[in-house]
Amino acid sequence: MAEVMVVTSGKGGVGKTTSTAALGAALAQTGQTVAVVDFDVGLRNLDLIMGAERRVVYDLINVANGEARLHQALIRDKRIETLYLLPASQTRDKDALTEEGVKRVIGELRERFDWIICDSPAGIERGATLAMKYADLAVVIANPEVSSVRDSDRIIGLLDAKTEKAESGQRMEKHLLLTRYDAARAGRGEMLSVEDVLEILSIPLLGIIPESEEVLRASNVGSPVTLNNAASAPARAYMDAARRLCGEDVAMSIPMHRKGFLDRLFGRRAA
Amino acid sequence: MNIFSMFSRRTSAPVARERLQILLAHERGGTTCNADLIALLQKEVLAAIAKHIDVDPDKVQIKMERRDEVSLLEIDVEIPTPSPKGGKPQDKTAPEIRTTSRVASQRAGRAA
Ligand SMILES: Nc1ncnc2c1ncn2[C@@H]1O[C@H](COP(=O)(O)OP(=O)(O)OP(=O)(O)O)[C@@H](O)[C@H]1O
Ligand SMILES: [Mg+2]
Repeated sequence: MAEVMVVTSGKGGVGKTTSTAALGAALAQTGQTVAVVDFDVGLRNLDLIMGAERRVVYDLINVANGEARLHQALIRDKRIETLYLLPASQTRDKDALTEEGVKRVIGELRERFDWIICDSPAGIERGATLAMKYADLAVVIANPEVSSVRDSDRIIGLLDAKTEKAESGQRMEKHLLLTRYDAARAGRGEMLSVEDVLEILSIPLLGIIPESEEVLRASNVGSPVTLNNAASAPARAYMDAARRLCGEDVAMSIPMHRKGFLDRLFGRRAA
Repeated sequence: MNIFSMFSRRTSAPVARERLQILLAHERGGTTCNADLIALLQKEVLAAIAKHIDVDPDKVQIKMERRDEVSLLEIDVEIPTPSPKGGKPQDKTAPEIRTTSRVASQRAGRAA
């Protein structure tokens, strides 16, 4: 049965698009069919991160408004044949997207795919609420810092109030994905720890993605980090998260920083 | 092979630069290769074909490949095999019409 999953955060720039591409590729690599859908109308980027920016013809709005068929707008990934992208429109404004249109597109996607992953825009406006509206489950992206965690809390509130599932009295399944986790800084007490964030947000943890230069490198060449360097730490963390989404029990380890020479020399501690 | 490819594992930025240059040239150009033009081309090409054969809009695939100097627009039209007289409709191994148009891209600056 199809699962519609929104990747959302409230705050901008925390790793939603990176995570949508990485999880989408990881799930598709298991042979399941996956569509990643860009809801960031006017500021699309998922096409770039997926390396499909030169192949966009039609987009979500064209399909939602009946100007193109779904199969004409879907772009098949060149590396994994079960992975597809539905891009956002770069030229139209987000008011061109209607609830009915999105509902119909999601309904059509449900018939073709095992996973539909919606990359939400930042904020709590129309684009973000439309991206979550018809979801079955949500991945809430947070960085270990105060403003991100606060915005995530806000988004969790919206997920429990403004989605079709919530409106029909059902419980919305939510998972926390902690991204850009810097073990060294967390170890020195400069950043919120995993426990801190979990205690505050109190939703189950899907994974911890370390801060890594591999993410930038993958985006440079237009490849999800899980494909570009599968052995890297962020790729493995995303692959574990994808397995957990499929119901597998995968042990979670909190990335630890081995104290280096300088740390020991100065015994650095933060406030 | 150039000096950069020796370090290609480490230097992904030149790839990023190249991808962005091509993408932005198309996005800034605006008028060519956008969805409206493609929709128009699709409509007219299909109308021309439809004068002679029945075309199922669900069997039309449109692909785009933006390149440095030109862009490639592919319109694949699936046409059902006519059923032999009196017989049942044949299986769906239909021939395809493939219309490939080269649409010159509007590249600002940088000449060939
Ligand atoms: N684990 C990571 N390590 C290092 N950099 C990261 C990591 N995750 C994301 N980034 C970087 O953070 C920036 C923002 O990431 P991304 O575009 O995925 O965020 P976003 O939440 O989709 O942003 P927006 O709200 O603008 O849509 C990018 O430059 C990306 O390369
Ligand atoms: Mg994004």
